[in-house]
Amino acid sequence: MSRELLTGNGAAAWGARLARADYVPAFPITPQTEIIETLGQWIDAGDMPGRMVTLESEHSVLTAAGAAAATGVRVFTATSSQGLLYAMEMLYTVAGWRVPFVLVNVSRGLAAPVTLESDHNDIMAARDSGFLQIHCATCQEVLDGVLMAYRLAEDERVRLPAIVNLDGFYLSFTREPVDIPDPAAVDRFLPGFDPENLAFRASQPISQAVAVLGGSPYSYFRYETHLAALNALHTYADIAQDFAAEFGRSYEAVENYHADDADIVFVMLGSFATKARDAVDRLRASGERVGLLRPRVYRPFPADDMRRLLAGKRAAIVVDQNLSVGKGGVLHAELASVLYGIPKAPAALLSFVGGLGGRDISAEEFFEMVTVARQAIADGVTPPPRLLYTEDELRELRKLQAVAEVERRELGGKR
Amino acid sequence: MYRIRFHGRGGQGMKTASRILGSAFFRAGYEVQDAPRYGAERRGAPIFAYVRAAREPINERGVIAEPDLVIVADESLVGIAAAGVCQGLSERSVLLINSHEDVATWTHRLNLAGPVLVLPAREAVADRAELPFAGTACAGAAAVLVGVIPRDGLEAAVREELGSLPQQVIDQNVAVALHAYDEMRDHAGLVREAPTRSAKDYEPPAWLEPVFEDARHSAPAIHAAATSVQVRTGLWRTLRPVIDYDRCNKCWWVCSTFCPDSCISVTDDGVPEIDYDHCKGCMICVAKCPPHAIGAIPETDARDAALTGEPS
Repeated sequence: MSRELLTGNGAAAWGARLARADYVPAFPITPQTEIIETLGQWIDAGDMPGRMVTLESEHSVLTAAGAAAATGVRVFTATSSQGLLYAMEMLYTVAGWRVPFVLVNVSRGLAAPVTLESDHNDIMAARDSGFLQIHCATCQEVLDGVLMAYRLAEDERVRLPAIVNLDGFYLSFTREPVDIPDPAAVDRFLPGFDPENLAFRASQPISQAVAVLGGSPYSYFRYETHLAALNALHTYADIAQDFAAEFGRSYEAVENYHADDADIVFVMLGSFATKARDAVDRLRASGERVGLLRPRVYRPFPADDMRRLLAGKRAAIVVDQNLSVGKGGVLHAELASVLYGIPKAPAALLSFVGGLGGRDISAEEFFEMVTVARQAIADGVTPPPRLLYTEDELRELRKLQAVAEVERRELGGKR
Repeated sequence: MYRIRFHGRGGQGMKTASRILGSAFFRAGYEVQDAPRYGAERRGAPIFAYVRAAREPINERGVIAEPDLVIVADESLVGIAAAGVCQGLSERSVLLINSHEDVATWTHRLNLAGPVLVLPAREAVADRAELPFAGTACAGAAAVLVGVIPRDGLEAAVREELGSLPQQVIDQNVAVALHAYDEMRDHAGLVREAPTRSAKDYEPPAWLEPVFEDARHSAPAIHAAATSVQVRTGLWRTLRPVIDYDRCNKCWWVCSTFCPDSCISVTDDGVPEIDYDHCKGCMICVAKCPPHAIGAIPETDARDAALTGEPS
């Protein structure tokens, strides 16, 4: 084992290397490209025995990944943002094939307008596909998450593809100290892929779910996929235990940071949650009983864990780094659905949307969210959802709009 | 926690500077976070990179709003508001500028509450071809200013981060970094970790609720024409197509038609001309030219020739 400074992208590549991925279909996109560049260099230099194939689109990458997984080899790939959406048709398709492999997504805001920075609308778009989802908050979790995702995806109780998600820039290009485990230890935790009946060969053709079936058989197959995903919850618990035993790092399905004795709890996904940890430390130092819950496993949704951990809390503050246009924060809606009607559910379930397109969230904003939650508890009234956005930001935007306005007038356009 | 920002232009080695400093801190036993920040811009655009270092695991993330130390590799950035060089500077933050001008000039010009230092830019460093050293020099200066990084730790960090380069280049960078370290030694330890600010008595954010504005104003449209001409995508090129006009048979259409970026125009006499400001160097014209009249040379050779005044 060695401890080195690695970017989130570097950690993802190490995960694939240590998992002994056999096949890497690839297509570049910022901020993911460093992952496949790193793997390409290792494969070229003979440091990694797998084969990499560059394809002409993410749609083909996912098709190749699914087809290769159907032959029983271990497959790794990675994409981001627009690439994930371009592949979306095949995400649903290969999940329906019930073939296990790992896809790393580096979250980046979706166009339009264009941004390169982190935002979870891309990964949320894959929410209902049948891919399992593990969301990472640190570079260490990225490496470890890839290893755990293979175990989870390949387990006979599950057998579904899995996405490991990390945030663009905030993890992808950020170096942090990462323990790179010994290959022998990884082999103990994650032995070679036992493909069971997955044995697609040129000489033994298999048709993957091509028959046009009616709604009744469709319902059966689709619901079986759902049951497999639900199985992934207790399967994950077993795997996390094995992982902790081998590597000494404990990854429950929901990170619990000082939530047990808290009366107000932040609920967040991804790397921005470490900012919440920092805010929790500082709020606790000034006497506030606050905590953080962060679902690491997002699909399947750890509903029972969230119900248990939030029971008896006075308020939950959900910070969504996504926006379902015309509805609001997705995590907030999902949490509301699992808390509705249970005894001792938090009286106030507050919704904030923040960090869209990589927009920062300041410590003061976390403090203020707690102040708003205290007011909601005192008043017995939950405030409407709020976008984290300040007067200064609008002032900056007005400057850009003023330039656009001048150009429009100069060009004789309609005002 | 130490919070340090490096400002420079794309190509001046700011990411490398942050990594050298990050590695040097890591070697000194610190937890570290280092990262570059940029948009779609390439060479020459303002970029910055940052380093956090602490004795405990670091949970803070993202852009450093309140730096203990800001280092500016390129003094021309100070006047560019969008570069945000002076953002978050307080009476306790140190500003170090790589410059030909002296401390008194910068102190007078910027009127800052905190200390201003100058890393003297030597001619060799100021030369365009030598710009890669700017980042190394800045990293060396930062290493001594924080006061907790030993000289040999800095050298080891430079060697580690530049490991893939030729030995001679690494040695030159080590010399530059150590020179800057020694040059700023009088100010060793000037940069101090900021105390953690309490959650009590915080300044509440001035949140506002955006209101509906019609799509004529709230859709992200740019109304000026031909803005992409301003973007010199030719700077991305690593290989340069070069036309051998003696071999060109003036077919008038093959290279210009196949160029995916419309960078080859043809004169009325049928002579093709390449727009090097926008040619990305895909080499399709080289492959397509029927009489093989278009060759390829490394872009670095062409730039070196341009710098020395020789025709490319």
